[in-house]
Amino acid sequence: MTTTLKERMESLTELGARIETALPTDVVRASLERDELVVIALRPAIVRVLTFLRDDSACRCKQLVDLCAVDYPGREERFEVVYNLLSLHHNHRVRVKIGAAEDTPVPSVTRVFSTAGWFEREAWDMYGVLFADHPDLRRILTDYGFEGHPQRKDFPLTGYKEIRYDEGEKRVVYEPVRLTQDFRVFDFQSPWETLDTQLGRLLPGDEKAKGNA
Amino acid sequence: MAQTEIKSYTMNFGPQHPAAHGVLRLVLELSGEIVERADPHIGLLHRGTEKLIEHKTYVQAIPYFDRLDYACPLNQEHAFVLAVEKLLGIEVPPRAQYLRTLFNEVTRLINHIMNTTSMALDVGAMTPMLYGFEQREHLLEFSERASGARMHAAWFRPGGVARDVPTELLDDILTFCDGFPAYLDDVEALLDDNRIFKQRTVDIGKVTVEQALDWGFTGPVLRACGIPWDLRKSQPYDAYADMDFDIPTGTNGDCYDRYLVRMAEQRQSLRIMRQCIENMPDGPVKTPDHKVTPPPRAEMKSSMEALIHHFKLFTEGVKVPAGETYTAVEAATGEFGVFLVSDGSNRPYRCKIRSPGYVHLQGLDLLSRGHMLADVVANIGSIDVVFGEIDR
Repeated sequence: MTTTLKERMESLTELGARIETALPTDVVRASLERDELVVIALRPAIVRVLTFLRDDSACRCKQLVDLCAVDYPGREERFEVVYNLLSLHHNHRVRVKIGAAEDTPVPSVTRVFSTAGWFEREAWDMYGVLFADHPDLRRILTDYGFEGHPQRKDFPLTGYKEIRYDEGEKRVVYEPVRLTQDFRVFDFQSPWETLDTQLGRLLPGDEKAKGNA
Repeated sequence: MAQTEIKSYTMNFGPQHPAAHGVLRLVLELSGEIVERADPHIGLLHRGTEKLIEHKTYVQAIPYFDRLDYACPLNQEHAFVLAVEKLLGIEVPPRAQYLRTLFNEVTRLINHIMNTTSMALDVGAMTPMLYGFEQREHLLEFSERASGARMHAAWFRPGGVARDVPTELLDDILTFCDGFPAYLDDVEALLDDNRIFKQRTVDIGKVTVEQALDWGFTGPVLRACGIPWDLRKSQPYDAYADMDFDIPTGTNGDCYDRYLVRMAEQRQSLRIMRQCIENMPDGPVKTPDHKVTPPPRAEMKSSMEALIHHFKLFTEGVKVPAGETYTAVEAATGEFGVFLVSDGSNRPYRCKIRSPGYVHLQGLDLLSRGHMLADVVANIGSIDVVFGEIDR
């Protein structure tokens, strides 16, 4: 059970190579990021990739631990859907990532892992990632009748509607958000050049040193 | 005699129900008293934690984790703190590792006492709750003496813990460890062979190993099916690699086994706590890297550099190198994971919280189908749901 980090990374590298050779057309690449195995897959093939990871004797990832979306508005396909798998048998984790746009449905993996049901509902609710063939793609965490997808980067933190109980009308009323104080975002990015020149790369905020931000 | 056909009907359970363990609205389709479908409606406690964390610095994000599963707050801070440390690539001093391990187990006891006794209350036994909450109060006092807060501690920080514990605290915890098994004996004497308790829990909400894996169950719910899987053992973090403890497992995967697993786990937690205290190393409780942890106050009075570090840390915060990690810990309820994406700035780009309760509650439909209405309550109690972490 207690293996060293080096052994673990070696076995994960091997596993990554095995996945790449077994699914050459479905997987873009499998590589180690820090000490975690990350598999970049193609969206239409996700069901095949996860089924392989579940059933292959070297993978045996019987559990889908987590599924979530990440929003990168700058990208052509703005969402990244991330599947975190766990093998109890081999004691390793595999992370599978695919890209998705607002209008490109992701094949649902509920048939491979039942647990994906609520995770996909959450990704739909929070980000608006569409899942094809999901048996019950309803909103899950937001209010009944909610509009929009609150965790997108372009959705304001304060939201658009606020609710309160109206004593006169004897019911809960929805009103546009009125902030008594402006929402403040502090810019902490250093306007001076970083001292980490050894790193050989720019940190966010470095561009301000040249006075064009 | 003419047969009367019983029409199935839907019933609303909650959101305000004492046995719902929080704000759960459950839409039940019933045929007579048999549950045909259970559809949990969650989100009534949704506070947008993940969105808020994206707008806070890394240290400011810690208190949000206490407020997820408010029954075992420190376990969850631990997952986040470990994730940040992994991205920062920093080592934690041994004393801090032991203190964190110790208080993880204190928190696990806090959670298990609450869960086992309130589950007993749900199925009709009131006394264990009264016994348990006395013990729980002692444990919350330990938490208060270490961090200043009974529950919402925010005591684990990237690079260590916020401050060292008072000197007598460890001795007091040791004294507590001596007395606690007597409480466990009492509860077990009341419940283990209790006819009513067994009638309400044995063979209720049974899951097979395949179902448990397919539905992503972790923690005591998985172990009750017979799989000895515990992240503290299989993927040890902090000082767990040095600890000697067993993983209790069940055989049937029903409500009764889940209760038994939790009771046995409390005894194992005591073992870990004892080992932590007996082998507690001396030394600092946070890394000396003051880009991550604040400098001591005395140093700030004389050192300009310390003052700058302090100011930078509490305004700008820590800059975490770009990258992503999925880091999980064995929380009292199951695998609690944090998927953290950093873009190199002082705020997380994305922080997905994988809460065990969310997954377990999804399985409630599986557990409850074909059972009586009253068994739904036992099932909810046995999967240990807390709505802070489910709704996030």
